[in-house]
Amino acid sequence: MAVAVQCERITVRFTTERGTVTALENIDLAIPRGSFLTLLGPSGCGKSTLLRVMADLIEPSGGRISVLGDAPATARLNREIGFVFQDAALLPWRTVLENVTLPLEVGGGKALPGARSPQDLLALVGLTGWEQAYPHELSGGMRQRVAIARALVSGPRLLLMDEPFGALDEITRDRLNEELLQVWESTGTTIVFVTHSIYEAAFLGQKVLLLAARPGRVRELVPVTLPTPRRLAMRETPEFVALAGHLRRVLETC
Amino acid sequence: MANQAEPVTMASAFTEDAEAQARFLARKRYLAWRGRLLPVAAVIVFLLVWWQAVKIFDIQPFIAPSPVAVGQVLYDRFDMLMANLLPTAIEAVSGFILGNLAAITLATAFVYRKTMEEALFPIAVMVNTIPVVAKAPILVLLLGNGMEPKIAIAAIICFFPTLVNMTRGLRDVRAEQLELMRILSATPREVFMRIRVPNALPYLFSALKIAASTAVIGAIVGEWIGSTKGIGALIIQSTYNFDSPLLYATIVVGSTFSALFFGVISLAEKRLLRWNVTHGV
Repeated sequence: MAVAVQCERITVRFTTERGTVTALENIDLAIPRGSFLTLLGPSGCGKSTLLRVMADLIEPSGGRISVLGDAPATARLNREIGFVFQDAALLPWRTVLENVTLPLEVGGGKALPGARSPQDLLALVGLTGWEQAYPHELSGGMRQRVAIARALVSGPRLLLMDEPFGALDEITRDRLNEELLQVWESTGTTIVFVTHSIYEAAFLGQKVLLLAARPGRVRELVPVTLPTPRRLAMRETPEFVALAGHLRRVLETC
Repeated sequence: MANQAEPVTMASAFTEDAEAQARFLARKRYLAWRGRLLPVAAVIVFLLVWWQAVKIFDIQPFIAPSPVAVGQVLYDRFDMLMANLLPTAIEAVSGFILGNLAAITLATAFVYRKTMEEALFPIAVMVNTIPVVAKAPILVLLLGNGMEPKIAIAAIICFFPTLVNMTRGLRDVRAEQLELMRILSATPREVFMRIRVPNALPYLFSALKIAASTAVIGAIVGEWIGSTKGIGALIIQSTYNFDSPLLYATIVVGSTFSALFFGVISLAEKRLLRWNVTHGV
C-alpha cells in the first residue's frame, strides 16, 4: 500500500535559555495513503511538533521524512498539504468565502486536479448561505468548519489537523467529529489528527498513535477495529469502552 | 448584519413576531436619538449659563465675552476668519499627510530590519519629548517664515503616534496566520499585503485619529512665531489687542475644523474596517 507519510528516526530539539529540550526522539512511522491516524498523548509529548514537521513548519534536527514520496517542502509547494489549526486562524478582515479562497490567491494559487469548488466545500461543511459573513459573526464550531473548507480548497492529499476541536463544547465537537468522517470518506484524503481526547482519538482514527512525553517518542500504535461508518452511538458499545480503557491505561504510564 | 439576501440557514433561527420587532426597533431608535440630542442639549444649556453669568456678574468683555458677542464676530467677520483658516488648514493637512507617510514607511522598515529600529527609535523618542512650543522656534529658524516650518511641526507631531502604532500593528500578527501563509507557500510580499497591512489598519486608524487633532494644534502653534496669517496668528493678535470676542471666535473656527478633520478620518475608518467589531471607538 502506498505511503502518505514516512518518518525514519525523526528527532527534534529546541534550544532555549534553560537548555536544550528534546521534543521528539527517533520517531519511526508509516502512514498509509487514504488512512485516518490520530495522535494522542499527554501535553508536551510533541504531537503538535510531529504534525509541524510533516507540514514543513519545523525542520527536524535528525532523521528522514518523506511526504507523499517527496520532501515536505516539495509537498507543500505542490499544494498537497492542508492544515487546520487549533483556533481556526481565519483572517478577520475577510468574509467566509474570501477566507476559503485564500489558498487560491497566494503562493501561485494552484489547485490540484480533483479539487472541489469553494461553494461545494462550504456546502460540504454545512455553511451555505454564510459566504458573506465575517468571522466575528460565526460561532467557534462554524469557524472551524470554515477552516476545514479552506484547508481542502486546493485539493490536498494530506490533511493535518492540530487539535481542531479542542476549544469547542462537547455537543459541537461530537457533531463535527461525525461530519469530519463524512468529509474524509467523500474526499479520500489522508488525515492526521492531533487530539488530547481519548474518545475523539478512538472514535475518529483507524489507528491511534500513542506518544509518551519527555522526550516525545512512540509508545504504541493501536489499531481501531470499530466498524465503519462510525456513529456516535458506537461509543457505548463494549468494544469502544474496552478500547478507550486500554488507551487510558497506556496514557497513564506515558 | 449587512447582507441583503437572507441566507436560508440563518433565517431558520429566527421567527416572525412583528410586535416584538417593532418594540425592538423603537427602542433602538430612541437610543440613537438620545445619543444625538443629549450633547446638543448640553451645549445649549452651557451657552445659556455662560450668557447669563456674563450678564448677571457684569463681566467685562475683554475678560470673558458673552456668547452673543462671539456669535456676532463669527457672523460679521466670517470671510476674514475663513481667509485665516485656509493657510492653517493647508499646513495641518499637508503635515498630517507627510508625517504619517514617513511614519508608515519607517514602521515598515522597522518590521523588516530590527537593526534600524534599534538605531533610530531612541532618536524618535527624543524628538518626541521636545515640547511643541520649543520645536516651533527651532523649525522657524531652520525653514524660514513661510508655510514650511508649520507643515514640519504638524508632520513631526503626527509622526510619533503613527510610528509606534503602525510598528506594533505590522508586527503583532498571530503566529498561526504566518504558519498558514507558509503552508500556502506565500511570498513575503503576499504576507505583507494580505496579513500585516490589514492587521495594522485598526492600529493605524487609532493613530490617525489622534494625529488629526494634533496636526491642527501643531500648525496653530507654528503660526505663533512671526506669522501674519492663520488661526495661530489671529489668536496672538486678538490676545494682544484684548479683543476677546475675536479670540473666542477664532478658537471656535479652529476647533470646528479640527473636529471635522477627526470626523473625516472616523468615517474613513468605518468604511474600511467594517470587519472590525471594535470600530467606532
